Amino acid sequence: MKANNPLIVVRDLSIAFAGAKAVDGLSFTVAAGEVTALVGESGSGKTVSGLSIAGLAPPEARITGRVTLAGADILGRTPRERRLAGHPAVSMVFQDPQAALNPVLTIGEQIVEAVRADGRTGARAAAARALELLDLVRIPEPGRRFSEYPHRLSGGMRQRVVIALALAASPVALVADEPTTALDVTIQAQILQLLIRLKDELGMALLLITHDLGVVAEAADRVLLMRDGRLLEDRGVRDFFDGPRHPYGRALLAARPGRRTRRGPRPRLADTSAPCLIGGEGSGAC
Amino acid sequence: MTLFAFMLRRTLAAAPMVVLMIVVNFLLLKAVPGDLVDVMAGESGIATVEQMADLRARFGLDRSALDQFQAYLSQLLRFDLGFSFRYSRPIADLVLERLPATALLVTVAVLAAVAVGVAAGVLAGRRPGGRFDRTVSVLSSLIFAMPSFWIGLVGIVLFAVHLRWLPIGGYATVGAPGAGWPHAVDVAAHLVLPAATLGLGYAALYARVTRAAVIETSRLDFVRTARAKGISETRVTLRHILRNALLPVVTLSGLKLGSMLGGAVVVETVFSWPGLGRLAFEAVADRDVNLLLSLFLCNSLLVIVMGILVDVSYAALDLRIEVTS
Ligand SMILES: Nc1ncnc2c1ncn2[C@@H]1O[C@H](COP(=O)(O)OP(=O)(O)OP(=O)(O)O)[C@@H](O)[C@H]1O
Ligand SMILES: [Mg+2]
Repeated sequence: MKANNPLIVVRDLSIAFAGAKAVDGLSFTVAAGEVTALVGESGSGKTVSGLSIAGLAPPEARITGRVTLAGADILGRTPRERRLAGHPAVSMVFQDPQAALNPVLTIGEQIVEAVRADGRTGARAAAARALELLDLVRIPEPGRRFSEYPHRLSGGMRQRVVIALALAASPVALVADEPTTALDVTIQAQILQLLIRLKDELGMALLLITHDLGVVAEAADRVLLMRDGRLLEDRGVRDFFDGPRHPYGRALLAARPGRRTRRGPRPRLADTSAPCLIGGEGSGAC
Repeated sequence: MTLFAFMLRRTLAAAPMVVLMIVVNFLLLKAVPGDLVDVMAGESGIATVEQMADLRARFGLDRSALDQFQAYLSQLLRFDLGFSFRYSRPIADLVLERLPATALLVTVAVLAAVAVGVAAGVLAGRRPGGRFDRTVSVLSSLIFAMPSFWIGLVGIVLFAVHLRWLPIGGYATVGAPGAGWPHAVDVAAHLVLPAATLGLGYAALYARVTRAAVIETSRLDFVRTARAKGISETRVTLRHILRNALLPVVTLSGLKLGSMLGGAVVVETVFSWPGLGRLAFEAVADRDVNLLLSLFLCNSLLVIVMGILVDVSYAALDLRIEVTS
C-alpha cells in the first residue's frame, strides 16, 4: 500500500506573502497509513505548506493550486468549513506546545471544546471522550491532568495534550510540524514513537515535517525534500539515504552528524513505556 | 490562602499608604491661601476684623497647623470625620447623603464604558484597518480631544434643549413621585446625559486598549489551535482571544475607576447632579477644609479598594495567578 493509495493529493500548490512566493508549484501525495517526511532548511516553506493542507494558513497568505483529501477539494477551507461540508479532518500537531495551548483554560476545557466542536456531543460524553484521548496519548493520571492548567505540565506532557487535541476530530491525516523540536532530547523519541503508534492504531496518514534526518531514517516511509519553496526530491526513504540524485540532497546527507542509514546498525528509539531517564513522566521531568 | 485572608493582607499592606495620604492631603489644603472665614466674610460683605477672629477661634482655625493636624488625627482615630461649619452638619452625614447619587453615576458610567469600549475594541481589533476600525479610531481621537465639560454642554444643548428628549440636569424631576417605577424611570432619564458624559472618554480609552490587546492576542499560537478545532469564529474570539486580551483592560479599568471621581466633580457640576463630586467642588469654593479632607480621604480609600478588586478579578480571569502571590 505505497504511493498507489494517495489520501492527500497536492497539485501545484503555491503560497505567496505580499507578492513573495514562499511555496512555488509544490506537488506530492501522502498515502494513507504511511509516514511522509517533509524536510528542508529553515524558510523553505514546510510550515506554510503544512498549514495550508490543514486549513490553517494565515489570512494574508495568497494560496493557489489544488489539494484534495480522498478526492474532495479542501484547499482554502478552514477546519470548520471542512467539517460543515462533511469532509474528514486533517489535524495539525504544532511545533511549540507551550504556545499552542491557551494559558487560561484547563487541559480538560480545551480538549472538551475540541470534542464538542461537532455540535452533537453532550458535555458528559465529551468529558469522557477527553479522558479517553488523554489516555490514548499516554498521559498518566488523566483525571488529575484534566483539571490542570497548561503551565503546570512539562513540555512533553503539553505536546501529548496538543496531540490529544489533534485527535479529537478523529482525523484521517495528521500534519506534525517539527513535533519534537521544542522538547528535551530525552523526550523527543517518546513523542515520535507515540505519533507513529497512533498512526498505526488509528490508520492515519502522517505528514511529518522535520529538520532531523535521524528522525527521517527512523520513522519515514517517504521523503520529500524542499528548498526555496520547491520540491527537490520525492523518494522512498531507502532510496533517499542510498544516494540522492540532487546535489543539494547529497550535501545535506553528508553534513548530517552521526550518519546513520537504513543499511547501517539501526538506532533504536526508546520504548514509550520504558521509564524515562530523569524521574519518570509523572514527575514532570519529561 | 483564602480570598478573605488575601484581601485582609492587602488591606493591612495599604495602611501606611493611607497614613501618608492623610498627611499629604492635610499639608496640601493648608497650603491653599484663604480659609472658610475669608469666604464667609466675602459673602456677607460686612465683617470686622474682630468678628473674623472670633469665627476663626470658633472653627479652630486660629491654632497652629500642628495642633490642627493633631486634632484631625485624633478625630479620625475615633472614626469621626468632623464637622462642616459651612453646612453646620457632621461631615459623615453629608457624605452618606451624597454618596448614593455618585455611586449610581459612576457605576453606570463605568459599566456602560466597559461594555461599549470593549465591544467596539473587539470588533475593531478583529479587522484592523477595516471600516469599523477606522471609524472607532476617528471617534476616539475626537473624544480624547474634547474636554468632558464641553461634551456635557453639547449634550445638554442637543438632547435637552433642542430635541427635548432628556432633562437638562438634576437628579429627579422636582415634585414628581419620590418612589416606585415612575421615580426609577425619572432618575434613569436624568442619568443618561451625565453618565454618557462621564463614561465617553473611558469608553474611548477601553476601545483603544482592547483593540490593541485583541490584535496582539490574535497572533498567538493558541488562537490557531482554537481555530483548528473547527469551532465558530465568534467562539474563538470570545473564549480564546477576548479572555486573554481582557487582562490589561481589567487592570486599566480598575486604575481608572479611582480617578473617575475626579471626572465626577466636573460632570456633577455641569449637570447639577447632587453627588460627592459637586460637594467637593463647593467645598473648594468655600475653603471648607474639613469637608475636603474627608472627601480626599474617601477618594484615596476608593483607589486602594479598586486596586484590591483588580487583583481579585485578575485571579478570577486568569486562574494561573493564585491570590497567594
Ligand atoms: N505570516 C507570514 N507572513 C509573511 N511571510 C511568511 C509568513 N509565514 C511564513 N512566511 C514566509 O514564508 C517562508 C516559508 O516559511 P515557513 O515557516 O514555511 O518555513 P519552514 O520551512 O517551516 O522553516 P523552519 O524550518 O524555520 O520552520 C519564509 O520565507 C517566511 O518568511
Ligand atoms: Mg517551520
